[in-house]
Amino acid sequence: MTSEKESAQTWARQLHGSLVILKKNAYLYYLKPPVLIFGVLFPLFFFLSFKMGRPVSADNIVPGMVAMALWFTATAVGPLVTPWERRAKTYERLISSPVSLHAILAGDVMSGLVFGVCFSVVPVLLGLLLTDASVASLPLLLAGIVLGALTFASLGVLLAAPPASSPSNIMLLSNLVRLPLLFVSGIFIPIAEMPVWARWIAPISPLSYASSLIRAAFGRPGYFSVRLSLILLVLFTVVLFLGACRFHRRWRVKGL
Amino acid sequence: MQTIIEASGLTKRFGDLVAVDHVSFSVRKGEIFGFLGPNGAGKTTTVRMLTGVLDSTEGSATVEEHDVRREALLARAHMAVVPEEANVYLDLSVWQNIMLMAELHGVRREKRLRRGKELLQRLGLADRTRQKARALSKGLRQRLMLCAALVTNPEALFLDEPTSGLDVQSAKLIRSIVADLNENGLTVFLTTHNMAEASEMCSRVAIIDHGRIVAIDTPEKLRSTMISRQYVEVEFAQGSPEMEELECLPGVSQAEMRGRAFRLYTKEPGGVLAEVVRLTDRKDGLKISDLGSRKPSLEDVFLHITGGRKEGGQ
Repeated sequence: MTSEKESAQTWARQLHGSLVILKKNAYLYYLKPPVLIFGVLFPLFFFLSFKMGRPVSADNIVPGMVAMALWFTATAVGPLVTPWERRAKTYERLISSPVSLHAILAGDVMSGLVFGVCFSVVPVLLGLLLTDASVASLPLLLAGIVLGALTFASLGVLLAAPPASSPSNIMLLSNLVRLPLLFVSGIFIPIAEMPVWARWIAPISPLSYASSLIRAAFGRPGYFSVRLSLILLVLFTVVLFLGACRFHRRWRVKGL
Repeated sequence: MQTIIEASGLTKRFGDLVAVDHVSFSVRKGEIFGFLGPNGAGKTTTVRMLTGVLDSTEGSATVEEHDVRREALLARAHMAVVPEEANVYLDLSVWQNIMLMAELHGVRREKRLRRGKELLQRLGLADRTRQKARALSKGLRQRLMLCAALVTNPEALFLDEPTSGLDVQSAKLIRSIVADLNENGLTVFLTTHNMAEASEMCSRVAIIDHGRIVAIDTPEKLRSTMISRQYVEVEFAQGSPEMEELECLPGVSQAEMRGRAFRLYTKEPGGVLAEVVRLTDRKDGLKISDLGSRKPSLEDVFLHITGGRKEGGQ
């Protein structure tokens, strides 16, 4: 009983530590130029370049727009935090505090999650107000956005692990991962209508499953079933987060 | 006296390089323990292993009887760290920086608010509470870092070169606050290259060289182990004897010129003092302006033990 109580206290302390990290990240990084450029402006211009002058139905464009905004915003914070802290020489004090590396990284994931969820509200509202699109299932939409943001934020934190002398190197790496996956995940063209080779690649992208869920929430047929999408998003989150913990631990001291 | 920090056979290898080689020592509760060594000797690596930032390859370390690897969080809950090249969060205010560290250490709200205000007052930052850390000078940032470390009310404080590159006022204030806190029971693990600071502040010092502890004792005892490095220093106001004359004085093992003064190394400074006075009486035109016996400084001990390699590559 005592050991269970101690364990519960440790979990509570670490959760508190993660929330403190979330607060710090929100203060420090949400308004940093790389986050705003790669997290907010990028998807906006992508959307405009895709939409302008093309007869794409609102039913298709709104779920894609929401998924794309979520993809860019939720993955924008994670890659910035650790490299920035290393360069600013604040990282060593952080990792010598009584908050575990897992809890610190969980705080970073939460930062991406909150940022992604908040910003995804904008395309949802714009889609509902300016087009004929309507939400067929609110629980599915919420699940798609929250689980998607969680998975993407975990990917962002994993991408921040390599020791880099400058945050811009990590942002470059993150774009090398984010941009190709964007084109094979059924954002601009439904996966079923993509070439065969792209359909083979689509299942390795977590964005495909979030996109399927969000399409289903807007009453459009998703390429993957709802059940499969939910399971795989959870699985991707676990694998990406554990990978992030492993690589951050391995490269913890580099660049201090 | 009770031990608070204990290192036992602590070793760190980076590939073929042995950065820290079976280092063992213990720090007693309530002492200021100095950790000295030339650049690249293994000081920062040792501190990083003790604070749980770096895993040791071999050996173990405990803080308040908690193993820094197996019970890292418990060990870290008892300590606060001010790393050498660390910085504060420049885009947070002075107050936010302090509260962030307190919150990470789980200090309760009313306690952190009270302690934060007290420390700001004590470290001369009270009128800068709302100012962004970016606007502070290096000395003030270092004070803020100390503030953020102390708000957690640690039992052991790790300070890595806390006064390096600071203005005289900030350095003096930091030394005085650390000494005050130590009087109230705080244990301090101080890494410094400032020998005068180590000599003045530390109850004991360890000297590390090439990853190994080469000496560990009180500054006074370390100085007294170098009896052959005691010397008589003499400066003449008028005239000057030949170096050979001084070297030939009974009891002098070595003589050298330091600026305008002659330094005569000896195991019997009393006898050599008398010999110098006799020599002055014997020779016409010689007049002493300053004469005295000196014990070797901690810096002399350090240079002797590390083969003359001083911090900063000098």
